[in-house]
Amino acid sequence: MATQDTRSATISVLVENEAGVLARVIGLFSGRGYNIDSLTVAAVDPVLNLSRINIVTSGTDMVIEQIKAQLDRLVPIHKVADLAKGGPYVARELALIKVVCKGADRVEALRLAEAFRARVIDATLESFVFEMTGNTDKLDAFIELMRGLGLAEVSRTGVAAIARGTTTI
Amino acid sequence: MGLRMSQNTQAETSPDQAAGAEILLRALKDQGVEVIFGYPGGAVLPIYDAIFAQNAIRHILVRHEQAAVHAAEGYARSTGKVGVVLVTSGPGATNAVTGLVDALMDSIPIVCLTGQVPTHLIGNDAFQEADTTGITRPATKHNYLVKRSEDLARMVHEAFYVARSGRPGPVVIDLPKDILINKAPYAAAPETPHRSYRPQVEPDAAQIAKAVAQLKSAKRPVIYTGGGVINAGPEASEALRALVRKSGFPCTSTLMGLGAYPAGDPLFLGMLGMHGTYEANLVMHGCDVMLNIGARFDDRVTGRLNAFSPGSKKIHVDIDPSSINKNVPVDIPVVGDAGRVIRAMLAAWDADTTEVDRPAIAAWWKQIDEWRGIDCLKFRQDMTKGAVIKPQHAVQRLYDITRELKAKTGRETFISTEVGQHQMWAAQYFGFDAPNRWLTSGGLGTMGYGLPAAMGVQIAHPDALCIDIAGEASILMNIQEMSTLAQYRLPVKVFILNNQYMGMVRQWQELLHGGRYSESYTAALPDFVKLAESFHGVGLRAKSVDELDDVIRAMIESDRPVIADICVDEKENCFPMIPSGAPHNEMILGPEHGTTLQQGGAKSLTDEGLVLV
Repeated sequence: MATQDTRSATISVLVENEAGVLARVIGLFSGRGYNIDSLTVAAVDPVLNLSRINIVTSGTDMVIEQIKAQLDRLVPIHKVADLAKGGPYVARELALIKVVCKGADRVEALRLAEAFRARVIDATLESFVFEMTGNTDKLDAFIELMRGLGLAEVSRTGVAAIARGTTTI
Repeated sequence: MGLRMSQNTQAETSPDQAAGAEILLRALKDQGVEVIFGYPGGAVLPIYDAIFAQNAIRHILVRHEQAAVHAAEGYARSTGKVGVVLVTSGPGATNAVTGLVDALMDSIPIVCLTGQVPTHLIGNDAFQEADTTGITRPATKHNYLVKRSEDLARMVHEAFYVARSGRPGPVVIDLPKDILINKAPYAAAPETPHRSYRPQVEPDAAQIAKAVAQLKSAKRPVIYTGGGVINAGPEASEALRALVRKSGFPCTSTLMGLGAYPAGDPLFLGMLGMHGTYEANLVMHGCDVMLNIGARFDDRVTGRLNAFSPGSKKIHVDIDPSSINKNVPVDIPVVGDAGRVIRAMLAAWDADTTEVDRPAIAAWWKQIDEWRGIDCLKFRQDMTKGAVIKPQHAVQRLYDITRELKAKTGRETFISTEVGQHQMWAAQYFGFDAPNRWLTSGGLGTMGYGLPAAMGVQIAHPDALCIDIAGEASILMNIQEMSTLAQYRLPVKVFILNNQYMGMVRQWQELLHGGRYSESYTAALPDFVKLAESFHGVGLRAKSVDELDDVIRAMIESDRPVIADICVDEKENCFPMIPSGAPHNEMILGPEHGTTLQQGGAKSLTDEGLVLV
């Protein structure tokens, strides 16, 4: 039976790629008071004219089931999948992180970037832009470390997620 | 005519091309539309020109766009067809929004055509421009902005499919003016299923079997039905009657579901919920198996959620999976059309050889009859000449007299209401024996609903007796529709229970706010008799109980629109009442049973309840 504990859920939604569909999804979340922790959207199938929206949300089991049912009844929505429910899945996010620093901090930033497998995609004598891909926790951890080393700006994509193995949504 | 003409001029090049407005009307006609409720304006003039040139579809000119939607709701609810609305851009569309949300909350199939500025002006803050699809997105089941002429016919057909399929609801089609003028190809309604929207209507057989087994094991069962049974068509109500009679289980109904099961039947407990009967609410509280068909565990029904029917196994039948486990966790969910589900249950009932525990059910009925013995709806009407009319008595007499009429002439009665005390009294004291005869704004609670809704019913049923049971406050919210009644000679009757107060507001102020009647008294009300006369109708007034029956009979016998101003007891309250946030078994029964609002309120009210509406 459903518990009262709050859990995180990654929900992938295949939608008709048409005007207003993202507004319908976002409006549903704001109108009904659901959380959006992360949201990504892009066209994924030009032949079938589909886009995929990945939403990371949180709530009790009852709320998350309600979110899925509410999404599923929107007219232009083809499919709703709760990725954790379908088995193991991978989730990745990309971040661009600008660090402005000199001297020892600069060396330390670069050393940490290597340890975290972040790539330098832009550099000046006083700055780096790191590109980093990984799960949300890893990105959070790296950004936290950079805070003491001159973190200036962060741009993140939000989570893209897909099931492991042969299963598809 | 216009359609044919332009087809002729286009015949050589593309026989199926016509102006967008004509394509629109052709699609409406193919969808079986007979009536449109609308109001013209600049952006929709091409549609009005196309309407002018044909006779298949009738246009009813309302006096306010909100009323157009309510009229279409009345039409839809009394016929089971999709109601159609036509309004202009900007204010036309924004005025329609209340009606759209009303239809959304009560699951009424509506297609609302809105005008829009031409596509090249969209986003420019043009005259009478509003972001109609943006504004109506949360107010509709779905909406469309037609940006290309070639999409027009397809979108219209799809809108009708979406409005009537699954859980019905309102759909907006926003029509830029250039789309209405430019030539567009016609496309018939598609034969193939919709790409993404295919709601489940057939129930899962395993769930049906589980539900029936659960029902047969019950010792204290209840069948609780809602608007979903009405929406599933008259056959669903037939099936429900068969199921209730076969099982011998007690049946109760939400406000929206009244009429699905006949009110006078001994197995029927009356309405449940905030102003439901004592027996219905205690049965819900004490049952061991609850079968909910087409109702959504609304807060008016459940009262305090954590005290709602604490000991029962719950079976929930709904066509909308998002209604299941939304407020109340259930044990056996069944997704499907109410009619199909009930018929499947009937078949499974016969297939399952387990016997119902008859002695237990008999004991349950004995208990129910004790609760019934309280006679929670009793009221005292002083019958001496000149005595003040009790509002309950007024509704009771209206019911008795219309029933006599039905027995004598076979004339059907349809009742709509506004919102407030009169609405609850209508639900309590007017008995409905058939579906689609009762129209009230349940979910949204829209004052001003009843008059235009009755108008829509009268259009669909010209020979029926259509009565709006109203309050004097609500009726003023769409009173302008008296003018529409006059124009189309619609003999709608407005039966005002006039207590000079916004009665339900006043009742809550008495219960929750120390009797401080802030702004709930309407000073300077119009003279409703003269008001009716100025709108070319008949005005009647009953000031005391001895005048009531004559006024009701005169109202019914008139072949014109009538306002009957029934001056009722100003301080009467609506009982029984479960205050917001209280459980079902903490009902306030009212002065006839020795409890007043204050005494009952003190017991049932919590701080938590005070914030609820």
